[in-house]
Amino acid sequence: MKIVVLVKQVPDTWGQRALDLQTGRIDRVLGENVVDEINERALEVGLIQQDTMEAEVIVLTMGPGSASDAIKKSLAMGADSAIHINDDLLVGADYMRTAQTIAAALKSVPFDLLIAGDKSTDGGGGVIPAMVSEILGIPHLTHLDSVTIEASKVSGERSNNNGSVRAHATLPAVISVTERSAEPRYPTFRGIMKAKKKPVISENLSSISLDSVSPVSDNETTAVLTVEARAERIGGIKIIDEGDAGNKIAEFLALNRLI
Amino acid sequence: MSSNLTEEETFLIKTVRSFIDRDVKPTVRDVEHANEYPESWIETMKQIGIYGLTIPEEFGGSPVSMSCYVHVTEELSRGWMSLAGAMGGHSVVAKLIGIFGTEEQKQNYLPRMASGELRATMALTEAGGGSDLQAMTTIAKADGEDLVINGSKIWISNARRSGVIALLCKTDPTASPRHSGMSVVLVEHRDGLTVSRDMPKLGYKGVESCEISFDDYRISAQAILGGTPGQGFSQMMKGLETGRIQVAARALGVGAAALEDSLEYAQARESFGKPIWKHQSVGNLLANMATKLTAARQLTLLAADKFDSGERCDMEAGMAKLFASEVAMEIALDAIRVHGGAGYSTEYNVERYFRDAPLMIVGEGTNEIQRNVIVSQLVSRGGL
Ligand SMILES: Cc1cc2nc3c(=O)[nH]c(=O)nc-3n(C[C@H](O)[C@H](O)[C@H](O)COP(=O)(O)OP(=O)(O)OC[C@H]3O[C@@H](n4cnc5c(N)ncnc54)[C@H](O)[C@@H]3O)c2cc1C
Ligand SMILES: Cc1cc2nc3c(=O)[nH]c(=O)nc-3n(C[C@H](O)[C@H](O)[C@H](O)COP(=O)(O)OP(=O)(O)OC[C@H]3O[C@@H](n4cnc5c(N)ncnc54)[C@H](O)[C@@H]3O)c2cc1C
Repeated sequence: MKIVVLVKQVPDTWGQRALDLQTGRIDRVLGENVVDEINERALEVGLIQQDTMEAEVIVLTMGPGSASDAIKKSLAMGADSAIHINDDLLVGADYMRTAQTIAAALKSVPFDLLIAGDKSTDGGGGVIPAMVSEILGIPHLTHLDSVTIEASKVSGERSNNNGSVRAHATLPAVISVTERSAEPRYPTFRGIMKAKKKPVISENLSSISLDSVSPVSDNETTAVLTVEARAERIGGIKIIDEGDAGNKIAEFLALNRLI
Repeated sequence: MSSNLTEEETFLIKTVRSFIDRDVKPTVRDVEHANEYPESWIETMKQIGIYGLTIPEEFGGSPVSMSCYVHVTEELSRGWMSLAGAMGGHSVVAKLIGIFGTEEQKQNYLPRMASGELRATMALTEAGGGSDLQAMTTIAKADGEDLVINGSKIWISNARRSGVIALLCKTDPTASPRHSGMSVVLVEHRDGLTVSRDMPKLGYKGVESCEISFDDYRISAQAILGGTPGQGFSQMMKGLETGRIQVAARALGVGAAALEDSLEYAQARESFGKPIWKHQSVGNLLANMATKLTAARQLTLLAADKFDSGERCDMEAGMAKLFASEVAMEIALDAIRVHGGAGYSTEYNVERYFRDAPLMIVGEGTNEIQRNVIVSQLVSRGGL
């Protein structure tokens, strides 16, 4: 079985994060960039299959040159090989562009299952997996808390407000997984040593035959109009108890329509 | 971090760091107070490959430079000194077998030790004295092809969970000089070996330190490390170079954690209308802590480089162990000062650093003994 895992590099949630106020894009220089944690979980779901049914696991990332660190980590965790799509024309790609690019790159990779995170930490769109499946014309199961993979079928559970739903699809299919899906393993030192010998295929827009599609700026389906810094937090209100603090708190809450 | 690490080594250190931050830090206080054995953390350490870092590749290990080993140990200890303790003796025994072991001993032990499936510790100290090792009374007496061992050892860390114990004992109690009658024997748990007691202790919780006794324990003489008796003392002194650098790195971890917590606290806590680090006395504490820690780290890395060069490094390892452990104790105490009452509270981690730090002063040869080693090397090398 061939499994492709979509991995995105994002600014570390624990570090400093900001948007570039000129371009509206994420500042990737400020803090450390890491593999999105949700993608480590997605990868783990794939690696469990690799342990139990000898699946081949390929990671695919679309990102700048520095995203090679995310690839290295994925390979060290156990992925067999990687595909890195990097092209200057993809800077600032929107959802549509991202999904089209990923789908185009997948055309030459006959996979059985595509695993993605349900939602990235930075963009937070939560739409890429579904869009990719639409473009490829294969079924998708999104937001799975648990995943069972069989030879020709994938199934899993998704929670909703009222309980949970079991869903299944025949392969090939796309799934996206939630935080509950798996606890990612740590790279082992052996894995780290082996990673440098694993194949990484570099792709760009022409190699995946997307170069005829006009550049992003002409063809945006979404545009960031303005971006502004969040206002400084102000001090808040201090209520000193002089016997009437309870009433004052109630007044404050009522004034702000909180009660 | 030191500059001569390979890219893969740096990656390993980062991995250990994130293991500590993600898995250990959030719950270590409760686990430590419950004096609980950190089973699942040890499992993760095995998986990452930490038990194989001092074992050659041909035996299933993934050896790293000593400076990488220092950083890994420091990271573990930054989370909890006991985690670094749970791989320290093991690493020393792995080195001993790797350097001095017979082919059969290497084949028998190293592959299982590399995965952590088999863990190891060393037994030197006796109730009668740990500093004066040559006065020890545990004796392995030749009996045909066998050795029959009698005596007891104390303070043996990880004794219950170690499948192999590198026992330093006398195979010829009448030898002169006395150390020429000492051997390291690789013993395993079975009839004749009892773990008689778990020592109650101030810190280093979660991991057992035990009294063990040998009562007509019979083992083939082939269990002598390297096969030839009488080499034990010098073999162990070589092993202790690794051991002392490891203990220095453990001290660095305690110091680093104490500094980390203090720096955070001093920025969050306010008095007289400003964060306390802005009071010069508190700021000075932090500056001193960071300076001492950095100096200790550099000294430890110097010893590590010397080790990797293959040269004798007992003096450098001794200096690193001496300085890093003393400094860790000072930093832990200063961390209490910075934290005020909270530093004395068991609801913070700082009190643990203060309880863990003294072990590095005493263990692996007391700091007084380190000074003896340093000065005798100074004299015989004709200075620095
Ligand atoms: C104001 C603003 C500024 C933005 N600036 C930037 C920017 O500078 N740079 C930038 O990259 N994005 C930027 N984005 C977001 C960008 O549009 C999306 O990141 C991108 O289109 C993917 O969408 P997502 O991350 O929301 O995907 P989601 O649908 O949330 O992702 C779900 C899963 O899809 C997969 N996936 C998503 N993207 C990739 C990828 N690139 N490679 C591999 N797998 C992937 C992962 O498995 C992920 O877990 C910005 C968004 C906004 C709103
Ligand atoms: C938690 C813990 C774990 C340990 N784990 C292990 C282990 O796994 N394996 C193991 O073998 N041992 C272990 N030890 C033992 C440790 O190595 C010894 O405690 C240490 O070497 C000191 O020996 P001692 O306790 O007998 O002290 P002593 O030798 O009795 O020393 C008492 C004091 O006299 C000083 N002193 C003695 N001789 C001299 C001298 N010649 N010059 C100057 N000062 C001197 C010492 O420095 C010390 O201050 C452990 C100890 C502890 C506390």
